[in-house]
Amino acid sequence: MHELALAQAIADTARKHAAGAPVGRVAVRIGRFRQAAPDSLSFSWQLLTEGSELDGCELSIEHVPAVITCKRCGAGTKLDWPILQCRTCESTDVALVSGEEFLVVAIDLLEVPHGPVPPPR
Amino acid sequence: MGRFHRHADGTAHEHGDDQHGDGGRHDVGDHRGYRETGAARVDVLQNILAENDRIAAANRSAFAAAGVRTVNLMSSPGAGKTTLLQRTISALSAQLRIGVLEGDIATSIDADALAGLGAAAVSLVNTSQGFGGECHLDAVMVRSALGRLPLDDLDLLVIENVGNLVCPAEFDVGEHARAMVYAVTEGEEKPLKYPVMFRAAEAVVVNKVDLLPHLDFDLGLFLANLKAVNPQAVVIRASARTGEGVEEWCRWLAGDRGSVKLDGGNRARP
Repeated sequence: MHELALAQAIADTARKHAAGAPVGRVAVRIGRFRQAAPDSLSFSWQLLTEGSELDGCELSIEHVPAVITCKRCGAGTKLDWPILQCRTCESTDVALVSGEEFLVVAIDLLEVPHGPVPPPR
Repeated sequence: MGRFHRHADGTAHEHGDDQHGDGGRHDVGDHRGYRETGAARVDVLQNILAENDRIAAANRSAFAAAGVRTVNLMSSPGAGKTTLLQRTISALSAQLRIGVLEGDIATSIDADALAGLGAAAVSLVNTSQGFGGECHLDAVMVRSALGRLPLDDLDLLVIENVGNLVCPAEFDVGEHARAMVYAVTEGEEKPLKYPVMFRAAEAVVVNKVDLLPHLDFDLGLFLANLKAVNPQAVVIRASARTGEGVEEWCRWLAGDRGSVKLDGGNRARP
């Protein structure tokens, strides 16, 4: 439901880092433990960028699985369910090592502004 | 790493250094501006909500500077946040100066319900712009309400978030602690369906326990589900209607303001 707000935040970040250059793609990384419905985010992105300087810019979403490490036996478990329990020893004393990522990773510029090359020293 | 570039025919695409089969020669296609360091990709590695978090941190500093403990209270619609707050204000207002920041998509119904109960200040934030509205409070909305709250005259600020089990959990608004109200009428499985919200809360008020005799609700199963997603959660059984558990809730809510005495002082914090 808040994907429009997320799309806005992503667009603002992309604009800031592009500094006026046209952006071809924005890459984001979202963990499974975050709440951003991919279809809704893509739709919001399209809606928001249409007619703006980001029109046509692709939003590329990389999903990161939720993984826990057991503090008792050291085993790693990739979670299919949000249950924080070690699959090996069933301990609930675990640490979430991935799944909470919520990053704008990079932007790909269509053209890099090329001012005069500074003279060699 | 793929790189975007534009060719003379107007097409733009991305590829690695040698997918044209030309040995990565940069005289094929329009590679103007591409430096050998691959400058067309700009690494950002910034949290999507970094701007929100920056403002949230400023809010938190403002609360701390004024000596106000701030709690973000979240729940689904109808779980009993406002009724619990009415009880809370009545119980605590003699000892603590309480402010409430009321977040609602529309109407002042909840803010009106809290008026006159002894809160030092109630400030309303409506998130709607015309029909519909934001499903959560964010740091900017809370900042916009700060000017209407006499922070220096408060000990405790409760931010009553928009009723919603999804979105509010993602947005830091500058609070010191997060709590949620869950009603036993909502079903045992909710922690598994909304794990982000149940994980975000340090304290979970299990509300409407006065209804338990009339429900098929399995409290043990709910608590097991809650523990599965949030083993550290403080669980407070309460009924905002009868007042059961309200004292324990008030003690948690007061937090480091914890010298608070409830009910004339005979139930001081141990």
